[in-house]
Amino acid sequence: MERLLLPSIPEYHRIDVYEAHGGYAMLRKALGMNPAEIISEVKASNLRGRGGACFPTGLKWSFMPRDSAKPTYLCVNGDESEPGTFKDRQIFECNPHQLIEGTIIACFAMGINVAYLYVRGEYKHWIDLVQKAVDDAYARGYIGRDILGSGFSMEFTVHRGAGAYICGEESSLMNSIEGERGYPRVKPPFPAQNGLWGCPTTINNVETITNVPVILRLGAEAYTKIGAARHPGPILVGVSGHVNKPGVYEMPTGVPLLEIITAYAGGVPGNKKIKAVIPGGSSTMILRGEALEGVCMDAESLKAAGSSVGTAGVIVMDEDTDLVKVLWRITKFYHHESCGQCTPCREGTGWMEKILKRFVEYNATQADIALLNEVANNIEGNTICALGDAAAWPVQSMIRTFREEFERRVRA
Amino acid sequence: MDTSQDRNVLTDANLQRIEQLKTRYQNPQSVLLEALWMWQGEHGWISEEGMRYVGTLLGTSYHHVLGVVTFYTMFNRKPVGRHKLELCTNVSCMLRNSERVLKHIENRLQIKTGETTSDDRFTLVEAECLGSCGTAPVMQVGDRYYENLDEAKVDTILGELK
Repeated sequence: MERLLLPSIPEYHRIDVYEAHGGYAMLRKALGMNPAEIISEVKASNLRGRGGACFPTGLKWSFMPRDSAKPTYLCVNGDESEPGTFKDRQIFECNPHQLIEGTIIACFAMGINVAYLYVRGEYKHWIDLVQKAVDDAYARGYIGRDILGSGFSMEFTVHRGAGAYICGEESSLMNSIEGERGYPRVKPPFPAQNGLWGCPTTINNVETITNVPVILRLGAEAYTKIGAARHPGPILVGVSGHVNKPGVYEMPTGVPLLEIITAYAGGVPGNKKIKAVIPGGSSTMILRGEALEGVCMDAESLKAAGSSVGTAGVIVMDEDTDLVKVLWRITKFYHHESCGQCTPCREGTGWMEKILKRFVEYNATQADIALLNEVANNIEGNTICALGDAAAWPVQSMIRTFREEFERRVRA
Repeated sequence: MDTSQDRNVLTDANLQRIEQLKTRYQNPQSVLLEALWMWQGEHGWISEEGMRYVGTLLGTSYHHVLGVVTFYTMFNRKPVGRHKLELCTNVSCMLRNSERVLKHIENRLQIKTGETTSDDRFTLVEAECLGSCGTAPVMQVGDRYYENLDEAKVDTILGELK
């Protein structure tokens, strides 16, 4: 398949190379369209957000008011901090102009004049690369006043974070742009009514936005024929852990997980058996190695398998992996990253970490298994944002799927 | 010579940059993270004086700035060594032996994680996922990522960082 998000064209990150291969032609096309028509096209494409929630992008765009008295905003989410996820970084490095082109088109479609690209603070090197691309796009008149003589104007600002997983949550991200601590906000009101500085705001993931020029180029109908019917399009899958060739691979949605691990990522070193796979970043439910047959990389297939596509960060663990230790490390992360607003998450994540440490040290009791599960159950659904769920799911799923790993560590 | 390091202020170039950035947001407070980055870039860490100074620049209180500085993990609230080594030990790096690499650095530098060498050359800390899982284990030093680490590679890197 032709690569649509990360084309294998040398120097594609440079604006002249991007233009030479048809770059910014979709912006020209979009500026000649009716904005409502663009939103209809994105709706018809069935593009679903690539940041983890799989929400239909066109539908999200349609929530934005057309006649807002207040300014409206687009925030592009490049916080990329879910463990196992490293795909947006490839876009920053290899295809920043398609991200920028998609951002301008999205703004035009929703009648937005100001976009912020929020990038995690650690990615300073990649922020510099994207900023260079933004400067070049300004210089060629793709961003700024009266873009290509269309009468449409927009400003594009790259905003650097400073180390906080929670800022990938959309309302935290807005608070962070406002110069606040990255605390999630209570919803409703939803961002399309009350977002950045209380104004209507849409937040889309970097990879989602990078799909927009593709949809305009191929047309919605052709786009829906790529990959899985109910979750179509190209997807960037990051494979890490025990594989011979870890990395980010572009593929259509719906590729079998086993094919991703063996054909794309070169299989498991030493031909060891796969003990477990986390399919979509650390918060998604763990799958047993023996249960991977027929499971595909798309929202519906992974849901049926009891997990989710998340950020498509596939973490592979071979037969020698200490899964309890893996879970302890993941839980330690959520404890560290809990913003502290909600008691169940702030206290519960720390409590789970302590219990898991006892299992790691073979010092847990039989009752600790039930206790761990109970703490997780009391976090899930009881917090302002999804970080609480993200911390609870790996614990719940590990106990359900690999109970024997806990049983054999109970002290006699 | 620029003496801002001793003067508890930002350079004129950075002050100008802050004024430009203010125009890109509804509220000057939005420039806070960037202004703190500038302060850390110039002074190495963020002191109470720095927080008060930045707060005054952006029309926000010291206690607000303190709340922000303590929320985000990348701001240093005390002096660190010339090179802050931030090794990821999260799951993808752990599966590729980051623990062994961490122990190796501790032994080489004769410090524990969280400490600074007596010559102020290195500070070693554990990092959460750095978004480099395909080239694990990874370590961030300043703005740079060092990827696919093993003991030998770490030795070379430590030798190069003067």
